[in-house]
Amino acid sequence: MYGAGGATTSYEEMEHTSLLFLWGANPREAHPIIFHHMLRGIKNGARLVVVDPRFTSTAQFAHIYLRVRVGTDIALANAIGQVILEEGLAHQAFIENATEGLSAYQEKVARYTPEFAEAVTGVPASQIRTVARLYAQAPRAIIAWTLGITEHHNATDTVYALANLANLTGHIGRYGAGLAPLRGQNNVQGGGDMGALPNRLPGGFEVENPEARARFEAAWGVKIPPKVGRHQSLMFDGMEKGEIRVAYVIGENPVMSEANHARVERLFAGLDFLVVQDVFLTETAALADVVLPSALSWVECDGTVTSSERRVQLVRKAVDPPGEARDDIMIIQALARRLGHDWHYTSAEDVWNEVRTLSPLHPGMSYQRLAAAGGLQWPCPDEDHPGTKFLHDRLWKWPVEGKRAPFVPVDWEPPRETPDDDFPFLLTTGRRLEFYNTGTQSRAYHWPRGQMTYVQIHPADAERLGIQDGDLVQVSSRRGSLRAPARLDPTLAPGLLFMAFHHPDLVPTNLLTVDAWDPKSGTAEFKAAAVALKRVAPRGSWTEDMLGKEVSRHGA
Amino acid sequence: MERNPARPLTDEERTNVDEVLAGLGFADTTPERRHLLPALHALQAKQGWLSPGSLSYLADRMGLAFPDVWGVATFYAMFRTQKPKGPRVQVCNDVSCRLRGGEALLTAMEVRHGPPYRFTGAAHSPAGGDGVMGDSVATDRLVIDWEAVPCLGLCDVSPAAMIDGRVIPNATVAGIEAAAVKEGREFVPGPPVYPPAATASAPEVRRLFARVEHVDPASLADYRRTGGYQALLQAIAMGPEAVIAELEQSGLLGRGGAAFPAARKWRAVASAPGVHWVVCNADESEPGTFKDRVLMENDPFAIIEAITIAALTVGAEEAFIYVRGEYETAAARLENAIRQAEEAGLLGNDVAGSGRAVHIEIVRGAGAYVCGEETALFNSIEGRRGEPRNKPPFPTEVGLFGGPTLINNVETLANVPLIIRDGAAAFRQYGTARSTGTKLFCVSGQVQNPGVFEVPFGTTLRQVLALAGGVAPGRRVQAVLCGGAAGTFLRPDQLDIPLTYEDLQAAGGTIGSGALMVVDDSVSLWQVVLRVADFFREESCGQCVPCRIGTQRQWEIVARMAAGRERPHDRQILHDLGAVMRDASLCGLGQTASNAVLSALPLLEKGMEA
Amino acid sequence: MSVTKTGTVTIEVDGRPLDAEEGATVLQTLRRHGIDLPTLCHYEGLTPASACRACVVEIEGARTLVPACSRPVQNGMKIRTNSERVRRARKMVFELLASAVDTSTYPELQAYMREYGADPARFGDDVARVSEPVREDNLLYVRDYDKCILCYRCVEVCGENAQFTFALSVAGRGFQARVDTGAGTPLPDSRCVFCGNCVAVCPSGALMPSIEYHMREAGTWDEGRQQVTTTTCPYCGVGCPLELHVQDNRIVKVTSPRDHPVTYGNLCVKGRFGFAYVEGAATAPVAPAATGRD
Repeated sequence: MYGAGGATTSYEEMEHTSLLFLWGANPREAHPIIFHHMLRGIKNGARLVVVDPRFTSTAQFAHIYLRVRVGTDIALANAIGQVILEEGLAHQAFIENATEGLSAYQEKVARYTPEFAEAVTGVPASQIRTVARLYAQAPRAIIAWTLGITEHHNATDTVYALANLANLTGHIGRYGAGLAPLRGQNNVQGGGDMGALPNRLPGGFEVENPEARARFEAAWGVKIPPKVGRHQSLMFDGMEKGEIRVAYVIGENPVMSEANHARVERLFAGLDFLVVQDVFLTETAALADVVLPSALSWVECDGTVTSSERRVQLVRKAVDPPGEARDDIMIIQALARRLGHDWHYTSAEDVWNEVRTLSPLHPGMSYQRLAAAGGLQWPCPDEDHPGTKFLHDRLWKWPVEGKRAPFVPVDWEPPRETPDDDFPFLLTTGRRLEFYNTGTQSRAYHWPRGQMTYVQIHPADAERLGIQDGDLVQVSSRRGSLRAPARLDPTLAPGLLFMAFHHPDLVPTNLLTVDAWDPKSGTAEFKAAAVALKRVAPRGSWTEDMLGKEVSRHGA
Repeated sequence: MERNPARPLTDEERTNVDEVLAGLGFADTTPERRHLLPALHALQAKQGWLSPGSLSYLADRMGLAFPDVWGVATFYAMFRTQKPKGPRVQVCNDVSCRLRGGEALLTAMEVRHGPPYRFTGAAHSPAGGDGVMGDSVATDRLVIDWEAVPCLGLCDVSPAAMIDGRVIPNATVAGIEAAAVKEGREFVPGPPVYPPAATASAPEVRRLFARVEHVDPASLADYRRTGGYQALLQAIAMGPEAVIAELEQSGLLGRGGAAFPAARKWRAVASAPGVHWVVCNADESEPGTFKDRVLMENDPFAIIEAITIAALTVGAEEAFIYVRGEYETAAARLENAIRQAEEAGLLGNDVAGSGRAVHIEIVRGAGAYVCGEETALFNSIEGRRGEPRNKPPFPTEVGLFGGPTLINNVETLANVPLIIRDGAAAFRQYGTARSTGTKLFCVSGQVQNPGVFEVPFGTTLRQVLALAGGVAPGRRVQAVLCGGAAGTFLRPDQLDIPLTYEDLQAAGGTIGSGALMVVDDSVSLWQVVLRVADFFREESCGQCVPCRIGTQRQWEIVARMAAGRERPHDRQILHDLGAVMRDASLCGLGQTASNAVLSALPLLEKGMEA
Repeated sequence: MSVTKTGTVTIEVDGRPLDAEEGATVLQTLRRHGIDLPTLCHYEGLTPASACRACVVEIEGARTLVPACSRPVQNGMKIRTNSERVRRARKMVFELLASAVDTSTYPELQAYMREYGADPARFGDDVARVSEPVREDNLLYVRDYDKCILCYRCVEVCGENAQFTFALSVAGRGFQARVDTGAGTPLPDSRCVFCGNCVAVCPSGALMPSIEYHMREAGTWDEGRQQVTTTTCPYCGVGCPLELHVQDNRIVKVTSPRDHPVTYGNLCVKGRFGFAYVEGAATAPVAPAATGRD
C-alpha cells in the first residue's frame, strides 16, 4: 500500500525503537537472530507487545501479551484503531499530510469498540485500550508480523488492518518506526523482488503495466504476457479443473508443504507431465516424470538472496556439488537453449548484472560491493549509494512526496473453519526453533532432543480427555486423520491445539489443514482447522510405526 | 525470559517454596530478584537444605533461570545444596578460636563425629546435586553432621560454635552434643553474648559503648532517655550541608578497613544525579573481628538513627543493612529497633515531622567474606552472586541498583550521631590529628580476657593488649595479627606502636577492621599462617585469575613449607605471587590475601618453624 | 595536556602523547593506535568481565594495576603498557592459568607464555588442577572444562549480551567455580537451545563443535588446509552470513562474522549446526549415549 513490497525498517532499528509490536510472529523460534536485535531493543528500554493465540517463547519476553483467538486479528487491529481515534491519539498532522481515506476507515472501525472486540478476540477491552495508547504514544514503534497474519484466508486484509494503524500514528517512514513482515525463508523477499510472483516483473514492476513490460521486452527481445498469472492456489484449482496438465517445480515440496496435502498429492499425481528440479528426491519429486538434480544454492553455487530487511546478500560456492547436480541457473539456461533461446550467461554474477540494469532497486549493488559490505539494502540506485535503512521518508516531507498512503478499511470475518460438535478443537500450526519447514534440511543433523512432531494440548483439555504427556493420540479433521504423540503445553489456551509441520515423514500435519486461501495473496489458511482428538495408546506402549495417517474421502 | 525445563519436584518442595514466597509477601505475585537471598534463607530454614527441585521451582516462581539461581545458591557457604542430617552444627575453624582451644575442639569433634563438612565452593556434587552429605562414622552413638567454618565473629567466647543459629560460647564436644540433640529449628534470640565490664578503665573510653550493658537494647524509650535521637532532630534542623560540614570537621575516617574520609563519600552521593541509596555494611566477617556485632546487639537504635541521618543527608529514601548471615541476634535486635522507630514516627514515611521518608530494610548475608567488599555486597543485596564489580565507577556514582550509593561500616555510622549531637570538636578530643576519635579494637586469641575495647587512636598496642589481660602468665607475645586475615603480623618489638592509621602505615601494616589476634610463644606461627592462607583460598570468589588460582597456590606452598617440605624457590614464588595478587586482583580480597603470609615470612625465617 | 577537540582527549602512553575518543576504553584506544596488549577474557562486543587480568597496565596515580579492557580513558591519563610491574603480573597470570588448566587448544595463550617466559611448573607438579571430565552429552558440541579459563564469555553471550537464554551461569566459588548448567544438568535437559554462540566465543577450546573435537582427537583437524567462504544461511528469512570452514571439500565448521550488522557473530542452531544434509558435510562419530529421542 506504500508502493514497495518489503519491510520498511531494518533490524538495527529494532534496537533503537521504543515499542516492538509483534503480531502473529514468534521470532524467538522462527527468526532467532532478528529476535536478538529485538532483545537488544528491550535491553535499551523498548516495550514489547505480543499478539498471539499461544503464549510463545517470544511472548514470554513480552511486557504485554494479548492472547487473541485464532483468526480474529482484524477485529483487534480495528479496535485499536477505534480507541486511537476515539481518544484523540491519532497523529493528525501526519494523517492530513501523508494519507488518504481516513473518513472511510473511521466509519469502518466505529463499531469495533474494545468491548465488541473483546467478545470476538478474547482480549480484554482494558488491554486493548492500554495497548492502543501505548502504540499511539510511543515515540517510535515497529509492527512486525509473520505467518500468524499471512497464513489466513483474509491475510492481505489483515496486513491492511495493521498498516492502517501505522498510518493513524505516523509510525512509518522514520528511523525506528515502521512495518516489518518477517520473511519465512531466506529468499522469499528476493524471489518477489526478482518477479517470481504472478503479478510482478523484477524490481517490483506490475506485469499489467505496459511501460514496464516494454522495458523488459526491449531488454529480453521477447513478448511478455500482459496478464497476471496464477498463484499457487489458483494453479491447484487449474489442475483440479484440468486446465493445467504440466508442472515444472523448482526447489519446492508442495506435496508435503501445502495445506490439505492429500489433495495436493492427488493433483500432482494426476498431471500429464511433471518436472521437479531439486537437491533432494522429495515426496513431490517421487511423483515426477523427470527429475533434474540441482546444486544447493547457498553452498554449491554463487548467487544472491534478499533478507527480511531488504538486504541483498551473496551466497557463495564453498564445496562441489555431488554427482551430476548442476547450478539451477545453468539448468534453466540449458532448458532455454533447448527451447530455442540463445542464452549465454556464464555465471550468477552475469545474471545479477542484468538485474542491476533493469531493476531500479538494485543498480548500485555490484558483487564486489555486496561482498565488502556484507550485503546492501535496497533501494540502492548507484554505486555510491550506501543502501537504504528505512523506506518512505517521503511521507514526512511537507507536502508529502509521491502517492499518499491510503487507509484501507477492512472487516473481520471468522476463519473458514471453526470448531463444532464433531471437530471441537481448533488446530493452529507453526514452526519450532530447531527444525525447518518439511524437514528436508533439518532432519539430518543431530538435534539433541530428538526429531518428532507433537500434538500440543492444554493440560485442562488433556485431563478432560484422559490424555497424558507422551500418549499417542489421533487427530482428525474433515480432510484426514493422523496419529502423533501428545505433549501437554500450558502456553496454549484451552480448546486450541498446536502442531509443527517439520516431520511429514512421521506426522504429516498438513493432512489436517484447510486449503481455503486468501484471494489476494494465494496463501492458504494453515493457521486454523477444526479437528477432533482422541487417545490411542498410553505413553511407552506405542512405537514409531503406529504414527501415520488415514485420508478421508472428503479430503482427497 | 523463557521457562525452565521441568525438573523432578515433590509436592512438599512445591508447598515449601510457595509458603516461603507467601511469607515474603508474594503469594500470588512474582518477587523481584532482590528477594532471592531472603527466599533462599527461608527455604533452607524450612527444608534444612536447598534441593535442586525446589530451587528450580523457586526460579520459575521468580522468573529467573535455574542455572542463575543455582549459581547464587552455590556461591554462599551458608546455603547447602546437599542434604544434611540433623541440625546444623558449625564449629569455628579460624585463627582466634584455634588459638584458644579450638584446635583441640576440632580434633575432638573429628574423632567422635568424623571429618567435618567444609564448604568447598564446588559447583555441584558429582551426583548432580542431590547427594546427602557425609557418611556416618558410627551407628552405636550420636553422630553429628558438623561443619568447620570460618570465623563466626564470636572470638570473645572462643572456642565458639553455633547450632542452627544459636551461639554455643566456650564450646566443648559435650556441650555441642547436648545442644545438638535438643535443638529445634525455631530461632529464639538469646541474651547478649558479650559481657563487657561495666566501667571503663583507662585508657578505655566509653563513647560508642556508652550504652553497652547499661541500656536495654530492645527499648526505644531507654535509648531516647540516654541521648538517643537528639542527633536526628538536630540533623533535620541543620540541613544536609551543615551535617556534612560537621562530619568533615570531625575528620571521621571509614572504620571498615579502607579509612576513606566519610564526609567525602557523603558529599559525593548527595550531589550525584539519580536515585540515591544508603547501605550499612554489617557483613562483619574479617576473622578476629566482632565489634560491629557488639554494637548492633547492644545499641541497635544508634545504628538505625545513624542510617536515618545518612539517608536524609544524602537524599535517599531507601536504606539497607546488610547483616552477616550468622548474626541472627544482631539482625533481630535491629529489626526490633526499626519497628519501634517506625511506630514512634522516627522512621517511615515522615521522619520526625521532616516530611521526608526513610525506610530501612535488613538483608542477611549468607556466608561470603567477599561480600564485605562494597560492590560484592551490592550484588548480594540485588540477589546475585557476591562477585565484586570493576571499579570505577565507584559506588558514589554507580552503586546499588545502579544508583549513587552511600555505603558505610557499622562502626563508622555509630560515630555519626555522636558527632552531630556533641559536635566535631568533642569528637576530635580523642585521637591524633589524622586519626581522630576513638576506635573499637577486638582483642582475641591468646589473651586472658578477649573482648572489644574502645580506646582513643594513639593508644599503644601494648596498652590495648593489657586491657585484655595480656598473654597467659609465663608466656610471651610471639606476634600479633593486626587488622584481621587481611592484616599484617606485628612483631614483639613493635608492641609500643601507637595504634593510628599513620603509624601503622609507616610500619607497613594497617588498622584494618581493628582486629588484634594475639599469638603467644606456645604455638607455631606456621599454624596461624596456614589457616590464614586457607581462609583466603576458601573465600576467594573465583572471578579473577590472580586471586582464584593465586590464593590456591599460596595455600599449597604455605602448606608444604609448614609441613617441612619447602622447595628452593618457594619463598620467592610467594613474594611474586603476593605482589601480583596485590597489583592485579580485581578487588580488595585478592589485593590483601598475601599481607599476612608475606609479613610472617621474616618471622618464620628467624627459626620459628615447628 | 588538554582537550584538543570535542569528544577527544589526550593521553600519554609509554611517554608518547596519543589522542583518544572520550568514552573509549584504554584497550580500544591502544589498539586503534596499533599498540596491542595481551587479552584472554576480553571479547569486543561483550560486557568486559575483566577477570583474566592479562591486559593490566600501569596508570600513574593508581594504587594497583588497571585492566585496560574496561577502564575508560581520561584526559591526561599516563599509561605504561609494558613496565616491569606490568610484565610481572601478566607472566604470573599466564603461569597460574597454565598450572591449572589444559592449554593445548589455546594457541594464543601458548604464544603469550612464550613471549613472557612463563613457567607454570615452578609452582610444583603436585598442585591442584581444574580436573574436569569431558562432557559429551549431545552430538553438536563438547564441553571440556579442564580447558576452561573462566573468562565468562559463554555466560555473557548466553545471557544478556546476545542470546537471553540463561542456560549457563558460574556456580560454586573460588578455585572450584565452574561454568554450569545448574546442578550439573546434562545439556539436553537444560535450558540450552544449542545455538552454539558460547562455542563461538570460547577462547580456549573448552567448548568445541563435536566435529572439530573428534577431528582433533583423530589428528585430522588441519586449519592450514581449511578455506573459509562467506555465504548466507539457507534457512529462515533473517539472512545470517555464514562462514563455512571447508577442509578437503567438506564443511567442518560454521561461524558468522563478528563484525556483521545482522548477526554480530551469533547464529541459531540451524545456521550453526544444521548443515549435515549437505553432501559435503563432515560428520561427528555418533556415540550411542548422546543420541536418542525424547
